[in-house]
Amino acid sequence: MVQVTIWGSLSDFTEGAREVEVDAANLRELLDGLAQRYPGLKPQLERGVSVSIDGRIYNDSWFQPIQPDSEVVLLARLKGG
Amino acid sequence: MALDSKTTQDVMQFKVVGTRPLRPDGIDKVTGRARFGADISAPGMLTGLVLRSPHAHARIKSIDTSAAEAMEGVHAVVTRRDFPERDLDEGTADVLDNCMAGDKVLYDGHALAAVAASSTHIARKALKAIKVDYEPLDHVTDVDAAIQPGAPVLHQGRANESVPEGASPNIMARYEFGHGDIEAGLAQADRVLERSYKTEATHQGYIEPHACLAQMGPDGQADLWCCTQGHYMVRNTCAEILGLAQGQLRVTASEIGGGFGGKTTVFLEPVALMLAKKTQRPVKMVMSRSEVLRATGPTASSSVDMRIGMTKEGIITGAFAELRYQGGAYPGSPVDMGAMSAFAPYDLEHVKTIGWDIVTNRPKAAAYRAPGAPMAAFAVESAIDELAKGFGLDPLEVRLRNAAREGTRASYGPTYPAIGLEATLRRAKDHPHWSAPLGPNQGRGVACGFWFNFGGDTCVSLNVTPDGTVTVSEGNPDIGGSRASMSMMAAEELGIPYEKVRTIVADTGSLGQNEVTDGSRVTFAVGLATIKAARAAKAEMCKRVAQVWGIDEDAVEWKDGAAHPAGPNAGTHPPMTLAEIAAIASNTGGPIAGHCEANPEGAGVSFATHMVDTEVDPDTGAVKILRYTVFQDAGKAVHPAYVEGQFQGGATQGIGWALNEAYIYGEDGLLQNAGFLDYRIPVASDLPMIDAVILEIPNPGHPYGVRGVGETSIVPPLAAVANAVSEAAGVRMASLPMSPPKVLKAIRDS
Repeated sequence: MVQVTIWGSLSDFTEGAREVEVDAANLRELLDGLAQRYPGLKPQLERGVSVSIDGRIYNDSWFQPIQPDSEVVLLARLKGG
Repeated sequence: MALDSKTTQDVMQFKVVGTRPLRPDGIDKVTGRARFGADISAPGMLTGLVLRSPHAHARIKSIDTSAAEAMEGVHAVVTRRDFPERDLDEGTADVLDNCMAGDKVLYDGHALAAVAASSTHIARKALKAIKVDYEPLDHVTDVDAAIQPGAPVLHQGRANESVPEGASPNIMARYEFGHGDIEAGLAQADRVLERSYKTEATHQGYIEPHACLAQMGPDGQADLWCCTQGHYMVRNTCAEILGLAQGQLRVTASEIGGGFGGKTTVFLEPVALMLAKKTQRPVKMVMSRSEVLRATGPTASSSVDMRIGMTKEGIITGAFAELRYQGGAYPGSPVDMGAMSAFAPYDLEHVKTIGWDIVTNRPKAAAYRAPGAPMAAFAVESAIDELAKGFGLDPLEVRLRNAAREGTRASYGPTYPAIGLEATLRRAKDHPHWSAPLGPNQGRGVACGFWFNFGGDTCVSLNVTPDGTVTVSEGNPDIGGSRASMSMMAAEELGIPYEKVRTIVADTGSLGQNEVTDGSRVTFAVGLATIKAARAAKAEMCKRVAQVWGIDEDAVEWKDGAAHPAGPNAGTHPPMTLAEIAAIASNTGGPIAGHCEANPEGAGVSFATHMVDTEVDPDTGAVKILRYTVFQDAGKAVHPAYVEGQFQGGATQGIGWALNEAYIYGEDGLLQNAGFLDYRIPVASDLPMIDAVILEIPNPGHPYGVRGVGETSIVPPLAAVANAVSEAAGVRMASLPMSPPKVLKAIRDS
């Protein structure tokens, strides 16, 4: 299981939890697992998120490996100018 | 995917990277040979012009185009009815509505019709002949007024699931970040500062107005030339809006006269394509400066409430900010980025931000360098400065005491790897600028800034020509020196002189998908892909040479621009240079190239500290910038002159944002200053030479240690200037811009 930290306003859809656990070995499994376990997160996940894995930020790479002890943080989808 | 996690900077002696060769676009730009968006033309070309709303908010009851269409020389008129009804995602639907209004016009300058005519004169007359029946509606342009009860509503029912029930219908989204217990943190403070801050909307201020040329044949094949930060984005967005196959639309990016985030979306392009489709003639569209200011993306204006607690020793015990950003008439202000980045430079046990995305009757906000971060930093860095000075503490030392470091849990969640904030602060503290004396009515301000940086889809094709020169094709418009940087990284990797490499920006038919030039991504991501492409070409050249020498590929190594025998069984062969290998390529298997298609991720974050001296005229409130120094971590500066230019440009734009720039709306909701005479950006005579100090803390996610540098430099200056002006004026300035009347009033009220 991977422990995922979500941002505060998403906790409305995770029964108030700021840290949730998902069975995932990569980014795709993480996002799918979150949507399955917490359907209320689906609209935000579909709009897009960025994910920090051990301090590095990923946007799209489904098969980016995630270790069970990885630090995983959900972030608003990064924008740039 | 981090393409290459090994930082080789420690062991690599750079020969090209880190030098300052001549920029490849320099002569073209100073001689007028460079072809910008408005320089493109085609035989039989028509002129396209846009009809724009004279109302801040109105329902469109009808549009009668018959008189315009009947005019001699008018070839087509388009309105929203001409665009196909398609099931677009919300974001693209908003882009279409912004390019061509549907049922309502939502701001002064909103496009609602366009004509293509044989001359500009006829096109202008045709616009006047279009009859629009408007039903004017109440409007709101201020971010705080927009969420008051009874405020005019732009879109009913568009709030997303994050917005609490009963909130203003002009609130589109809510974000919350942070950790710890704010109230507990604030309770530990010797002083809790509560203050509100406001910033005005500012335009990216690029010198080149939007321009494009479109043509489309009866077979549906279309071509578009335009100035943009991302021609692949233009292709995909236009294809989606018009129902074209992406592969049938080829987009070529012109030379670009500035973008700064404002050219990361489309305004004219779908309209020009629709006119070209209707007329079957090339259609050229060029915005006036007034159109650029009225209808293309400014950044958000903001209103921020801050509570921040500090001990008398300068330790921040708790920090809270509530940020309200208006992003114009559509959802998507960068308040999420502001809420994530606000406290990112600091190591805080108790921190919380709440962001509200609000719509108003203003043009749809577009990205602007580090979107959302400068306004948040203005509030945070102003508050820290006020607290530090209130305790009689050194504001740089206070920032050092609270600085985020490797292992700090960032305010937006993750734990930082190696970062460079502390290095920028220490360098600032040791710099002669910090200890230089100040005169009367002068003040010194400092501020820190943070930005994320990211990667994204990237393609590079590197081709070795028969004479041994090299061309690199990339898919990102060069807005900050990427052609030079790519050539330098290719030269470094191949071991050949910079002058032997030329980098071009290829059209959308020549490479695979490329993310927009934004997010400070290009030197990082396209640089990675260039290095990979060069390594692929080197591997191929080693393979060819192994065949020539009759030895195993593994027994050939590449160094100093040539293949060498390596290992005990390789034998003795004179090295073969790249030029020698290229000359016999036809005999050894054909042309030699390397390419890389990837989505490099794992970009490193970036920090900066800015220091500025100002002088305030107590009789007029006018502010003069006396001295300015930027300290920023670049990871590795590939071309230091360009890096310095990015630092200086960000500081300059921030100075404009701090002192003069603002969208000024009248009571009628119409923009009052849609021109550079009244919308005052800084010019060279307003500024001293801005000193740039480059720090190099390698990014472990890039083989040369590169970090993006294009955006972080605009984050600190709003606060740095405000802190300096506040010190010089003797009164805290919490509202931007600090125009002379505003500063004078603050002095007199204090």
